[in-house]
Amino acid sequence: MGGAPTDLKLIDERGLRLDGRRPDEMRPLKIEAGVLNKADGSAFVEWGMNKVMAAVYGPRECHPRHLQNTERALVQCHYNMASFSVEDRKRPGPDRRSHEISKIISEALTHVVFTEYFPRTSIDVYIEVLQANAGTRCAGLTAASVALADAGVPMRDLVASVAAGKVANTIVLDLGKEEDNFGQADIPVGYVPRTDEVVLLQMDGDLTREEFEKGLHMAVGACKKVYEVQRDALKRRYSARAEGQGEGA
Amino acid sequence: MGSNDSKEAAREIVVPGELLAISSKRAGPGTYSEGGKIYAAQLGIKSVRPDSISVVPLSGQYMPIRGDLVVGKIIGVGSSNWLVDINSPYPSPLHVNEVPWRVEFGETRKFMSVGDIVLLKIVGVDEIKRVSVSMQDHGLRKLTGGMVVELSPSKVPRVIGKNGSMIQTLKTMTGCRIYVGQNGRIWIDGELDNMVLAVKAIEMIEDEAHNLGLTEKITRFLEQNKVAGV
Repeated sequence: MGGAPTDLKLIDERGLRLDGRRPDEMRPLKIEAGVLNKADGSAFVEWGMNKVMAAVYGPRECHPRHLQNTERALVQCHYNMASFSVEDRKRPGPDRRSHEISKIISEALTHVVFTEYFPRTSIDVYIEVLQANAGTRCAGLTAASVALADAGVPMRDLVASVAAGKVANTIVLDLGKEEDNFGQADIPVGYVPRTDEVVLLQMDGDLTREEFEKGLHMAVGACKKVYEVQRDALKRRYSARAEGQGEGA
Repeated sequence: MGSNDSKEAAREIVVPGELLAISSKRAGPGTYSEGGKIYAAQLGIKSVRPDSISVVPLSGQYMPIRGDLVVGKIIGVGSSNWLVDINSPYPSPLHVNEVPWRVEFGETRKFMSVGDIVLLKIVGVDEIKRVSVSMQDHGLRKLTGGMVVELSPSKVPRVIGKNGSMIQTLKTMTGCRIYVGQNGRIWIDGELDNMVLAVKAIEMIEDEAHNLGLTEKITRFLEQNKVAGV
């Protein structure tokens, strides 16, 4: 998109990236499950400089009624970026981009949830991006699937998600903000490890077939690591329990 | 309670998608089988029985099952029925034929109105989860006075305890009348101090539902905080 500072070197002589990562290295990922009292299930994800909160309500009565499906539950995702999540204030409210992300995340999650167990209901997933630094749809999907499991929703598996991309003619994993803005391509991937299925796949930018396949493999490999962090977060929630959760009104 | 604990000694928390076993056992609640393997479908505690494997969930909504006793709340009144919220995704109509009184058409409001608490039984759930409830069985009635506490429906079995041991302890040591609905609503009536104590005990059970030796712990708690005269 032009605008790139001419002296910006996304990959230095030693082959390291702006934040010192190797091309196949992910940003540090931290997940905590069960962070909200009022939600049925919730999760908080810190992924590099991304901070994303996900809350799940339901299965509950589906409103508006005409959306109800007599045979299965509807997974409705609402992705939202806080106005303070980016450097320049983001104009609050739904826009084209957040609609798109809500739709693809809903579809990815519908694939793993046993929707047929809850006819006529809706499972509402709210994703709030508190701080954004590229890769928030992956962080959002990762958080949402932990929150769904935390809510006790029956699922075939968790969905893990990471992006790969092309920066300075190199295929790299988990793009940072500058790499996303001034890089050449970005491929977010949502992956179900148990069945080896891809449930979310997008591509922004141009890649050759070989480059794409290399990026996809890199992302799928990293999803398996994300999956371990997700499982760990869920197990930790009950083994080392935080005290002092008062009952609401 | 030693027999209770020994069975649950090996408590393993499982996550959706986790492989539980490769066997021909039946895939019980909270699990699913695919290609001869049994996987967990819910976040919960693995439970292995001689003939089946299941996962006891740690959270989740109440799903009505025929025969369940539930504590409902009236949320709507029609001319021949009441609409009852049973703490599940599906509100259920209570028809005038299903109550112990003779109700003339249009006179439903004289008997129960919005906000009333009722003790009901689930008499049927069909394949699209339409629920029918009844108040015609002994012990079922409108609950007046007292208070209602809610907890996660998955923790109801812990409040009742093995063969009702926990609920018996609660009732005798607080002197309260208590009804536990399978839907996670608990109705309590008694002296105010005793009710407060019972609610605290229930909150403790909810917080530590997955721990061992819970009944002993609650008994100790109730003894220490016992209100004089019970």
